[in-house]
Amino acid sequence: MSSETKQILTTDGIPLEVSLKKAEKKNKIKAFLLVAPLLFFLIITYVFPIGDMLFRSVDDKMVTQMLPKTFKAMESWDGQELPEEEVFAAFHEDFIKLVEDKREGKLSTQLNYTKNGFKSIIKKLRRASKKFEEGNYKEQIMSVHKRWADVEYWRAIQRRAPEFTGQKYLKGMDMYVNEEGKIVSVEEDRRIHRVLWLRTLEIAFFVTVFCFLMAYPIAHLLATLPMKYSNLLMICVLLPFWTSLLVRTASWMILLQQQGIVNDFFVGIGLVADDNRPEMMYNKTGSYVAMTQILLPFMVLPLYSVMKTISPSLMRAGKSLGGTPFVAFWKVYFPLTIPGIGAGCLLVFILAIGYYITPALVGGASGTLISNQIAFHMKSTLDWSFASAMGLMLLSGVLVIYWLYNKIVGIDNIKLG
Amino acid sequence: MALPKYTEPHYRIWHYIYLTICGAVFFFLIAPLFVIFPLSFNAEEFLSFSDGMKRLDPDAFSLRWYKDMIYGTKNPWGLAAKNSFIIAIFATIGSVILGTVAALGLSSRHMPYKGLIMAVLISPMIVPLIISGVAIFFFMAKAGLAATHTGIVLAHIILGTPFVVITVTATLSGFDHSVTRAAASLGSDPVNTFMKITLPLILPGVISGGLFAFVTSFDEVVVVLFLAGLENTTIPIQMWTGLREQLSPTILAVATCLIILSTLILVTAELLRRRSERLRGINQ
Repeated sequence: MSSETKQILTTDGIPLEVSLKKAEKKNKIKAFLLVAPLLFFLIITYVFPIGDMLFRSVDDKMVTQMLPKTFKAMESWDGQELPEEEVFAAFHEDFIKLVEDKREGKLSTQLNYTKNGFKSIIKKLRRASKKFEEGNYKEQIMSVHKRWADVEYWRAIQRRAPEFTGQKYLKGMDMYVNEEGKIVSVEEDRRIHRVLWLRTLEIAFFVTVFCFLMAYPIAHLLATLPMKYSNLLMICVLLPFWTSLLVRTASWMILLQQQGIVNDFFVGIGLVADDNRPEMMYNKTGSYVAMTQILLPFMVLPLYSVMKTISPSLMRAGKSLGGTPFVAFWKVYFPLTIPGIGAGCLLVFILAIGYYITPALVGGASGTLISNQIAFHMKSTLDWSFASAMGLMLLSGVLVIYWLYNKIVGIDNIKLG
Repeated sequence: MALPKYTEPHYRIWHYIYLTICGAVFFFLIAPLFVIFPLSFNAEEFLSFSDGMKRLDPDAFSLRWYKDMIYGTKNPWGLAAKNSFIIAIFATIGSVILGTVAALGLSSRHMPYKGLIMAVLISPMIVPLIISGVAIFFFMAKAGLAATHTGIVLAHIILGTPFVVITVTATLSGFDHSVTRAAASLGSDPVNTFMKITLPLILPGVISGGLFAFVTSFDEVVVVLFLAGLENTTIPIQMWTGLREQLSPTILAVATCLIILSTLILVTAELLRRRSERLRGINQ
């Protein structure tokens, strides 16, 4: 509003513009206060802990704190020849302290991650260190085992000096930093994580494709049938949707087992011999079949809700203009369903890529996914920082898809049931 | 969907192929659930149909696995069911309150940074459960809430709120805000307006969001596996252990009960959805 035009005032003499802004601001605060409890609850219990995972995944303070004097002494060491006496003395001092606290075992585990062969020589050193005399620690330590006289092992210790490390991420991609400080891949037969990532992508991709191929016809049928029939058929989609995941997995375990109904059926129609029943569970097939059935409703529902809005007269118009039913379908109907296809495929892919329970139960060794590996490190090896690193790698992949989903479909357009 | 009389034969064939495919997919979706039903009445310990069952011999059927589920010695299902219900009920209450209030704010047109905030609120639904599990475990361990009911309830509130936010926001999108203004102009304070006007109108959405939250909690196993101690075992945990160790028919009895429960929930959810669509004036 320019200064020349007369300002419009409210009854209490405040310019309308100011008053309006004030009211708007008040409304904004009101709306925000309503959202605030949930937002802060989630930030504290959920968003921060995910940030905590990030911190844990790069955190490498453990060794830094176990050998503080050694690393201080190593600062002036160039890493070419064996370190000086001063480093050995500092290491001895740190080590004695660790033995007193009974933590030398942890040190050996940690150093063994960096270089194989530390476990035994640390055990030997512990035994020998009781008889050490004061002074000339270099000689004494080196005489315990020839590896202590090997400069490679001292370089390996030095590599653990920084408080932060990206090595867990490298490990998640089957890579590591070698002695020269270069990033290289592990030997071909030990690349278990790459195999898992690829398998996760492969299974998620094909499950999405299978779901799409199966969901499209039935979503079309549901959208075009008269209401009283389609409501009944909709139950076939919604009942599995509402049923416990474990129940559905259990039913697949019964169906797919070697003496199970599917195998009985194959034997019955003469497809396979009774004494040669194929293994359909505890391998990839099990993961594929069970995950496809479990995720199918997530594909049907978005497709259905899009198809429901397409007027049947469009197809009729296409046909009356001379198109065969196939041409009319392909040129008119199919392009209109693309938003639904996008929504369904992205949803199924996101869910499939993070699947855990079903592959763990029916996937066996060849059908498990990256989630299973994360759970394994959380529960069995207790390498939480590695689990965090892999979790975040998976999460970043999912977030990219989520972002795409938001661009294409919009998160406020997610429909349930 | 009857074909018109003038349809050419080869389209007719295509149409029947299409119907057959649809039939097969529906069968694939629903049939696995029905396998559990008869097998849970198996008189024997095997998880396949015995010859007696194929002949429909009454002796081949029994309720022994249901008896085992309820009266079995050392059976974990009683405690698990109690825990599951307690946790799910509290998690649902928490999710519904937090989610509904947040949805009210989100549907206001004055809400700043709506997209960003919505993305944060929905994220527990999108982030893979295993990652949520790890993150929530780290938090609960630090807060000293691991292996407590409180910890699990809070975790399930995190996982359940996105569903409430989504359903209630959807219901509010068809909500006529002039009724609340009318109430305000008649001297009603905001809380009173919400309780007397808004809530009754959006109740179907709130309840169906609550059902989602309940099912999410009742069925949740990944996060609970990280958090639960022996005292906090739930039905999904027991099923998970059972399925991993040994598939016993007792699990099928439990599974049958769960299918019945989910059928009840489905019927409720459907009735509510139809009611809310009628209220919003969406004609089918």
